Amino acid sequence: MVGGHSKSTKTLQAILLVIGGIFAGFPILWMICSSFKSNAAIFSWPPKLIDSTFSFHSFTAVLTDASKVRFFLNSYIVAGCVVILTLFIGILAAYAFSRFDFPGKTFFNSLIVSVQAIPPIVLMIPYMSMIVAMKLFNTYWALILTYLIITLPYCILMMTGYFDTLSKELDDAVMIDGGSRWKALWSVLVPISIPGMVSVGMYTFMQAWNEYLFALVLTQTNDMRTVPIGINLLMGQHAYDWSQMMAMSVLGSIPVLILFVFFQKYFIAGMSAGGVKG
Amino acid sequence: MIIFLVIPICMVIGYSFVDNAVVSHTPKFVGFANYVELFKDTKFWNACSNTIIFVVVSVVAHIVLGMIFALLLNSNHFTGKTKTFARVIYILPWIFTASVVAILWKLMLQPGGIVNYLLSFLSNVSKNTEWLSNKHIALAVICFINIWCGYPFYMVSILAGLQGIREDLYESAALDGATSSKAFFHITIPQLRPILISIAMLDFIWTLQSFNVVWMLTGGGPVNATETLSIYIYKLAFQKVDYSMASTVATVLLVVCVIVAIFYVKQQKKARE
Repeated sequence: MVGGHSKSTKTLQAILLVIGGIFAGFPILWMICSSFKSNAAIFSWPPKLIDSTFSFHSFTAVLTDASKVRFFLNSYIVAGCVVILTLFIGILAAYAFSRFDFPGKTFFNSLIVSVQAIPPIVLMIPYMSMIVAMKLFNTYWALILTYLIITLPYCILMMTGYFDTLSKELDDAVMIDGGSRWKALWSVLVPISIPGMVSVGMYTFMQAWNEYLFALVLTQTNDMRTVPIGINLLMGQHAYDWSQMMAMSVLGSIPVLILFVFFQKYFIAGMSAGGVKG
Repeated sequence: MIIFLVIPICMVIGYSFVDNAVVSHTPKFVGFANYVELFKDTKFWNACSNTIIFVVVSVVAHIVLGMIFALLLNSNHFTGKTKTFARVIYILPWIFTASVVAILWKLMLQPGGIVNYLLSFLSNVSKNTEWLSNKHIALAVICFINIWCGYPFYMVSILAGLQGIREDLYESAALDGATSSKAFFHITIPQLRPILISIAMLDFIWTLQSFNVVWMLTGGGPVNATETLSIYIYKLAFQKVDYSMASTVATVLLVVCVIVAIFYVKQQKKARE
C-alpha cells in the first residue's frame, strides 16, 4: 500500500479495520443472536447479545412448520435446477463458441450488458402476461426460465474464456483415439474446468436463491413461494414474531453463507470477473 | 433470449403509446398523450428526485467506502491471515438476500431497538426514534442500508485493481520523496481510473433499478418520501392496474438505463485497448 510505515499509521489502520469490521459484521451478529432469543426478549432494554432466554426454539418452530419448510424446498428445487441447467447449457454453448468460429465474445459481452441494463421492473409488465399466456404462471418453470436468462450469458462468457485457455490439441488427442467431440468435451475439458465451473455454479446458485422481484410477481400461492418471499411474508402474517423471522433469515442465508466461506477464493474470483449481481 | 428480452421490451414501449393497455381488448392509440400526462404528474417528479438522491448518494458512498476498505485490505501493515479474515467479514453484507437485509434492519431500527440503544451513548437520540416512518429521514436511512449491503462488490473490484498496480511505481515515487497522500492521488487513483469509472456506471444502473430493499423496508412510504421510480412503476402496474402509465414510466427508466449502458460499453472497450 501507499508509503508511510510509521507506527501511528499502523495503529490508525488497525482502528479503521476494526470499525469497518463492526460496521459490516455487527448487524449479522445481531441477527444470529436475536434468532436465539425469545420473542419477548428481543426488545429488552438494555439489549444483550445473549440473554437467559437462549434456545433453539425459533429454529425448531420454523423447521417443523410444513408451510415454511416448503419455502426452503421450493428454493432448493428452483436454485438447483437453475444451476444444473445453466452449467449444462452454458458448457455446450461455451464449447461451441470456443472451438468453432462464431462472432461469440462481443455478442455475449453485449448481451450481458443488455441484461444488466434493462430494469427488471420494466420487463415485469409484459413478462407477466407472457408467462400467463404460456400457462407457466405460478410454476417452478416460470422462475427457472427467468433465472436462466439472467444467469446464462454470464456462464457462457466465463466458460468460453475458460475453454479458450485449454489447448485444442486436447480435443484432437481424444478424436485421434476414436472419441467424439462430445466425449472430448465431457471426459477431458469439463474435468479440467472444474474450478471455473464451481465459481460460475456458485454465482448462479446465489442469484437464483436470492432473487426476489420475479419470484414475487410470477408466483401466487404459498406452495410455490421461495425463501426470500417467505421471509417477507412473515412480516405480514404474524404479529411480528421477530425471533422466528430472524431464525428463518439465518436458515435462508446458510446455503449461500456456507458456499461463500468454504469456496471464498472462487467466490471472489466470480465477483470480480462478473459485473453480475443477484 | 429474444423471446424473453426483446419482445417484452417492444411490448412495454407499445403499451406506453396506447390507452388502457392489457386491461382493454381494444386499446386506443394515443401517441405521446401518456408522456404528456406523466410529465405533468408531481408524483413522477417526486419519484425522480428521490431516485436521483438515492442513486447519487449510494454510488458515491459505495465507491468511497469500497476504496477505504480495499486500501485497508491491501495494506502491508497486516498479516495475510488478518486480511483474509477481515475480507470475509467485509464481504458478508453482500451475500444476504434483500428480504433478509430488509427484515434485519427493520428489527435493528425499531423503537427500542439496538440502533437507538447504541446511538443513545453518542447523542441524545431517544429510545423511541422511528427511523423508517419519519418522512424527513426515511430516504437517508434507506440510502444507508443500501450502502451497507452494496459496497462489498465495489470493494472487491477495487481491491483486484489495487493488486494489479505495479509495486515499483510506489517505490520510485518514495525515492522521489513523495508523501503517501501524493502517491495515492498521483499513482493509485490514475491507475484505478478505468475500474472506478466502470463500477460507477454499473452501480448507477443497478441502483437506478433497485426495488427490493426499498420495497420491503418502506414500500415507498411514509407519504411517498422514499418512492423511487421502480416503486412508482410497481404501484402503477400491480396496485392501480394502470399498465399504460406504468409502461410509460418504465420506458423513461429504460431509456436512461440504456444510455448509461451505452457509455459503459464504450468505456469497457476503451479500457480493453
